[in-house]
Amino acid sequence: MHELGIVFHIIRTVEHTARENNAAQVNSVTLELGEVSGVVHEELLSCWRWAVKKSPAMAGAVLRIETVPAVTFCEGCGKTYPTVPQGKICPHCGSADTWLRQGNEITIREIAVH
Amino acid sequence: MDPVRIIEIKQSVFADNDREAGRIRARLKKEGTYLLNLMSSPGAGKTTTLARTVAALKNEMRIGVMEADIDSAVDAERIAAAGVRSIQLHTGGMCHLDAGMTEQGLDELGTADLDLAILENVGNLVCPAEFDTGAVKNAMILSVPEGDDKPLKYPLIFTVCDVLLVNKIDVLPYFDFDLAKVTEAALRRNPKLQVFPICAKTGEGMEPWLAWLRTQVREWIK
Repeated sequence: MHELGIVFHIIRTVEHTARENNAAQVNSVTLELGEVSGVVHEELLSCWRWAVKKSPAMAGAVLRIETVPAVTFCEGCGKTYPTVPQGKICPHCGSADTWLRQGNEITIREIAVH
Repeated sequence: MDPVRIIEIKQSVFADNDREAGRIRARLKKEGTYLLNLMSSPGAGKTTTLARTVAALKNEMRIGVMEADIDSAVDAERIAAAGVRSIQLHTGGMCHLDAGMTEQGLDELGTADLDLAILENVGNLVCPAEFDTGAVKNAMILSVPEGDDKPLKYPLIFTVCDVLLVNKIDVLPYFDFDLAKVTEAALRRNPKLQVFPICAKTGEGMEPWLAWLRTQVREWIK
């Protein structure tokens, strides 16, 4: 259930940004969610619907999720590959000296307000 | 009605938590208090390890413990019985502590007169790893019955920790648990990880861990 904690942090940041920009109501929040961020979409949306009701500035706000594909970079051969089907071992050269270039982020990209 | 405006934020969900955690570390440095965040699955032996650790160190430094759980005060009572100040934090259903909750705990515990504060996080290998609590260092416990595949299944927690305590080594003969394999897999994730095999129940292997913690506290508060 870390989705609930994540939702609370999103709401806090968005409320703060809305206040700073003199916005009365938040219509939607766009989130960039990495493919291997470990966040379950349905769980996140369910926590979202429950939690935004408690925030006067965010009641009814829609959460839009855009998935960021996970990509791993290989130090061995300098190539990249999709993380999810391949894992830690590079499919090009077999090296384990690899690191995640993108795909674990949970980023608030933008909000729509009025 | 005002027209809809788009405001760009482009900020990690964890950014505000990370800033808060940074503030906590600065405050603790000023106060001369070292905060250790201890994580593991439920039943890995966090409270037993803590009780033995504080019993061994309580005459050389001033220690306080925060026990985080979803409910109950069972752990805080066990630590109080070990002879140090302890409080119970209830997360109200959340599976981890964040920096804000940790700061409330530190305020309630009172850290001004402490050399070492230890946070026993909620038993869970996933969520606590994502939220910086403001601790100086993170330690985790993996116990033998849990199996040696955990560094592969829960890589993040092995990446964010500075110490791995492999607990319950007294039962190694009865489990297919390959200590060398765990160490290798964990170090592949995090080459800086210190690995200490221990048995919190019998006290076996505790000394290198205690020595590490002593040095950490001494360096931080000097």
